[in-house]
Amino acid sequence: MKLHRFEEVWLVFAVAIIVISMIVTGYQAFALGMGPPSHKETIDPEKVDEHEVFSEPGVFEVGDNEYDVVMTLEMFNFTPGDIEVPVGAKVNFILTSKDVVHGMQIVDTNVNAMVVPGHIQKISQTFDKPGEYLILCNEFCGLGHQLMSTTITVK
Amino acid sequence: MATAVKETIKNKASRKVNEFKATNPQDAKLTLTFFAVSFATLLVGGILGLLQGLERAGLLSMPVWFNYYQVLTAHGILLILVFTGTFLVGYVYAGLSHTLGGLLPKVRKMGWIAFYLMLAGTVLAASQVIIGNATVLYTFYPPMAASPWFYIGLVLVVLGVWTAAFGAFINVANWRKRHKGQKLPLLAFFGTGIFLLLFTGTLGVTYEVLTLIPWAFGWTETVNVLLSRTLFWSFGHTLVNVWYFTAVSAWYVAFPKIIGGRTFSDVLARLVAILIVILNVPGGFHHQIIDPGFTEGLKYMHVFMSLSIALPSLLTAFAMFAIMERAGRRKGGKGLLGWFTKLPWKDARFLALFLAMVTFIPAGAGGIAQTNFQLNQVVHNTLWITGHFHITVGVTVAVSFFGIAYWLVPHLSKRIMTPKMNKFAIWQIITWIIGMYIMSFAMHTLGLFGAPRRSSFSTYFDSAQAAGWNPLLMFLAVGGTLLIISVIMVVYIIFHLMFKAPKGETEFPVAEEEDNASPTPKWTERWSLWVVIMIIVISTGYLIPIVDLVMNAPPGSPPFFIQ
Repeated sequence: MKLHRFEEVWLVFAVAIIVISMIVTGYQAFALGMGPPSHKETIDPEKVDEHEVFSEPGVFEVGDNEYDVVMTLEMFNFTPGDIEVPVGAKVNFILTSKDVVHGMQIVDTNVNAMVVPGHIQKISQTFDKPGEYLILCNEFCGLGHQLMSTTITVK
Repeated sequence: MATAVKETIKNKASRKVNEFKATNPQDAKLTLTFFAVSFATLLVGGILGLLQGLERAGLLSMPVWFNYYQVLTAHGILLILVFTGTFLVGYVYAGLSHTLGGLLPKVRKMGWIAFYLMLAGTVLAASQVIIGNATVLYTFYPPMAASPWFYIGLVLVVLGVWTAAFGAFINVANWRKRHKGQKLPLLAFFGTGIFLLLFTGTLGVTYEVLTLIPWAFGWTETVNVLLSRTLFWSFGHTLVNVWYFTAVSAWYVAFPKIIGGRTFSDVLARLVAILIVILNVPGGFHHQIIDPGFTEGLKYMHVFMSLSIALPSLLTAFAMFAIMERAGRRKGGKGLLGWFTKLPWKDARFLALFLAMVTFIPAGAGGIAQTNFQLNQVVHNTLWITGHFHITVGVTVAVSFFGIAYWLVPHLSKRIMTPKMNKFAIWQIITWIIGMYIMSFAMHTLGLFGAPRRSSFSTYFDSAQAAGWNPLLMFLAVGGTLLIISVIMVVYIIFHLMFKAPKGETEFPVAEEEDNASPTPKWTERWSLWVVIMIIVISTGYLIPIVDLVMNAPPGSPPFFIQ
């Protein structure tokens, strides 16, 4: 199989796209800690209310302007809802589902995580800009899916 | 070398005969029947798509007895599974019949069995969606549950596909036995790869669905949610790549002939087919980049496995432009870009395939971008993704299929496409492209602003952020309207080509190799080796997560019926 000169150049270009992607993605994930939400911990999806953490969903101050939000998702609610945090707060969301698969997304941030029953998911975000942010479910979860939303207000 | 040259000559001679040889009329009838169902499905699915576009733009609200999500479920299943699946079987069977000298009688019979299984499965699954017992979208993620009859319908469709796949394998094996030492014609080579990938890709989801049936009947109590999801995506992404693979086969086999050129490189075409088959199945895991339950290291390996699928596509991009340049220069195109003007711009078959290819440049680039961790997290489950598969499947695949139908239907029905109908087809393609580009561009942009996919119109309790999406959502209705016009046009053209067009002979375009083409090495034909490598690649991708999901499974979930 004989390759034309241009074809060789193109092939190098093709491989370079893949290699550069891997380097950038890998650097961001493993050196800068910007990897995707990948928490590995399981839970009995039918006994979420009895779980040591999820039996009391809510907002908990855990450090200097740092908060844990322990949140359950179910058709068609986020509990707790209408959260308020100060400007500059680092918020660690600890999430699980009480019924079907949901998706938790905060508009205009990079918070986007699948919440699968039987699994606990974690994702963190620092809110530097004040305002009201829409939290919505982005995985179809039933006939009221489009109503499943709440807000987080940064003051 | 001498034998190689002789073989090339022999191949060419047999192709010359093929070119004007009609396809076996019994095989033609089988393919035309598949196509009739395919385009009828496109019409229904297209109307449902328009309803969604109008709803999402806030212009229409769907009644309770036929809500947005039912429409979305039906639209997804009809267009991503049935329109494409029936087209694929019809097209590949016609290709096998034409290039291998007719289907074996028992294979033709298997083709009909496949047809009836797929039809029965579709009717059963669709009926459950219509009566509101299966509003689970085409991904049917458990523990969301549908009526068990919905899943049984899906199993019948898969059994139909498998019947067709094994029919194709039997026909190819038989040909190889009768033509020792000859290489399989390129179209049959692609057909073998297409069915091999389709068969392997459906294994995981079939296991999933077989666990869902007793669960939906209430015979088992719970199901492993994340395992089901993982098995689904081993299928979901492979499926769309099989449709793409089908389009690519026509790019390599028919496209050069249509533009008056030759095959760029027979070896390269076969290598691309082999790579698509080997690399594809683990690619689906990138749909789970923001799932819990998998480590970042595992996900990182899958980013690589997904990106590697881009390689054969990038090779194809080079080959296609090389074919066009050579053909254009042969026709007297001068200078750097003179060849470009020499291409047959007024031929609907060319225009369709050309626009399908060109669209894959931004579509493939978007795919590469969204496979990377952080970019994936930005766009996952937003309208960006919907925009992405409406230019990949909705343009690259669908428009290639229209182009194929514009020669294959008249070839099989022994009619010709009149110049007037060709012109009409050009407008059909242009309308489709404009509609899809408007809609898809709006979707990509909305996704970057955070608008979710798979959601009916919502103000999210008067959220200011959500209100910002409304102007762009209008473009979904505009695109959808242009698309339904185009759907009606293409369905009319297909009907005309099947039953009304003037009688005559239409060519089945199969490109020849260059006169000085180097012979294709024998190793390309070693399918058993490709299957082994494919199994190794799939195991690399899935063995660790699947064992982990089974061994360390949380208690399962009971069904939640959506009604």
